[in-house]
Amino acid sequence: MMTETSKPLAIALENCAKTFPDGTRALEPLDFAIEAGETVVFLGPSGCGKTTTLRIIAGLEEPDAGGRVLFDGEDVTHLPIEQRNVGMVFQSYALFPNMTVAGNVGYGLRIRKTPDAQVKARVAEMLAMMQITKLADRRVDQLSGGQRQRVALARAIAVRPRALLLDEPLTALDAKLRDTLRLEIDSLLRSLGITAIYVTHDQAEAMALGDRIVVMEHGRVAQIGKPREIYQRPATRFVAEFIGTMNRLTGATKNGVFSCRAGDLAWNEAPDHATELLFRPEDIRIAESHEPSRLQGKVAAAFFLGDRTRLFVEVGEARPLVIESTARRDFSHGETVGLAIDPRGLLVL
Amino acid sequence: MKNKWLFALQLGFTLLVCAFLIVPVILSILAGLTVNYLVGLESGLTLRWVIEVWNGYRDTIFLSIGISLACLAVTLVIGIPAAYVLAKRQNAFTRAIEELLVMPVAVPGLATALALIVTYGGLPGFRTSWLFILVGHVLFTLPFMVRSVLAVLSAIDLKTLEEGAASLGAGFWPRFRDIVLPNCRTGILAGSLMVVTLSMGEFNMTWLLHTPFTKTLPVGLADAYASLRLEIGSAYTLVFFLMIMPLLLALQAFAKPRPKKFVAEETE
Repeated sequence: MMTETSKPLAIALENCAKTFPDGTRALEPLDFAIEAGETVVFLGPSGCGKTTTLRIIAGLEEPDAGGRVLFDGEDVTHLPIEQRNVGMVFQSYALFPNMTVAGNVGYGLRIRKTPDAQVKARVAEMLAMMQITKLADRRVDQLSGGQRQRVALARAIAVRPRALLLDEPLTALDAKLRDTLRLEIDSLLRSLGITAIYVTHDQAEAMALGDRIVVMEHGRVAQIGKPREIYQRPATRFVAEFIGTMNRLTGATKNGVFSCRAGDLAWNEAPDHATELLFRPEDIRIAESHEPSRLQGKVAAAFFLGDRTRLFVEVGEARPLVIESTARRDFSHGETVGLAIDPRGLLVL
Repeated sequence: MKNKWLFALQLGFTLLVCAFLIVPVILSILAGLTVNYLVGLESGLTLRWVIEVWNGYRDTIFLSIGISLACLAVTLVIGIPAAYVLAKRQNAFTRAIEELLVMPVAVPGLATALALIVTYGGLPGFRTSWLFILVGHVLFTLPFMVRSVLAVLSAIDLKTLEEGAASLGAGFWPRFRDIVLPNCRTGILAGSLMVVTLSMGEFNMTWLLHTPFTKTLPVGLADAYASLRLEIGSAYTLVFFLMIMPLLLALQAFAKPRPKKFVAEETE
């Protein structure tokens, strides 16, 4: 694209923990390496330590003694954020109310004592890239949420940072705008080829943007992996339940047959100790009437969504199974249906 | 019909209250311009008293302006950083400081002045200097500066704004200059307005702190009321008005928030 950045940065965290003055442990010791040019998403519920990790990388927090932050192998642990040359986008945008849009975008360059003409050119380039050229002279309190987010991105990128850090940048926006901007951020990160660290509690955002996702829980890493791995092969119950929808059957396994209240399920690879099977809604379907099925349930609710029907099927478990059915038929409440599960989607955790 | 009567009643009451407050001002101004107040307006109008006040009390006027500006400078230099620290570090200690800061306003000015005299009255050069009065004025006006700046700083997300500036490479001083100061501008102006007017009109403390050579305007005013003709006292009031009104208007104009011209529109 039209903008060149510094060489992408490799970031490494070594034994980084964070304990706040009141004694709360926000982050358990973490070792993690981010490759140059990679987009890593830290994902988890609030209070899981994802923002703390980002702030340690940014230089807004220092890790507890013993922790180290390395930028391209160089120890930057005690370097404040203003000397790290990272771009940051905040959840609340942190735009300066005393400056215009152009003033905000050019601030980092002016701090670096860039000549006026160059500042002007770069600001114009950034505004054009984010499609906000006509907002240049507006004050930030005259902008909508989406416009503010674009200004915040333009401002962070204008200084050609070594890495871009985004702290829940879309959380304050409404759903539709979130989708649009997610797409824009994705193509922006790809075109810049910049190392990006993105913090969110929204798994859809994480899936869409991350080369790798770090799922966090209670200050610990629950799993690190590509979006597909995280979704299809979750390492823990927490990851399985946090990302997407997970169905659950409880019972016992004997000779390759899993028996539960809904009936029996043949699964050759079933481990003998398996008392609980997990699977995604897309791995279960309603059996055709001619199909022999040894699993049955009663329809508890059916929502026609147009392209598919979302079914909640009661099978005597704590929660009904969620099934996305593309069958061209109506389902009535209380109807008994046969169930077919694709064994490739079965998980035992 | 009923509403009309109610409106008339409210308007009448408002005008009555206004008159109650404004008539004495007008009478006082007239008194300062009348040849003989006891005889009344028919004795004629004159600038004689104003000129006499100007000749006799010019120094007190300049001293008052000087002290109030010095007081403003000191409260700006101490008050803004103090408010900044109080806003940034919210803990039991800073809250205690914030409360203690208001003490000189709660304690009668006479008591503060007495304490200053008892403690520092022995320093001859200091006791007779206008700086002695300045110290009292700073004590009294500082909380007004700190409070108004602090109120603005607490209302904006200072921490995130500063972090935003830092992420763009701004160290502490550039951040303070480019982000903190401009964004608490309204608080600084409101505080300045308070400080200048309070210092200009301060009498309680100044009356005890002053010496014959360091008389401020309000102290001179009291002198004039107590020992001279009513016309002179009134003319003095008039001069005081003329001094302070343009100052207040200027500061007020500065403090006015800029009008919002556009409304945010979604272009997504």
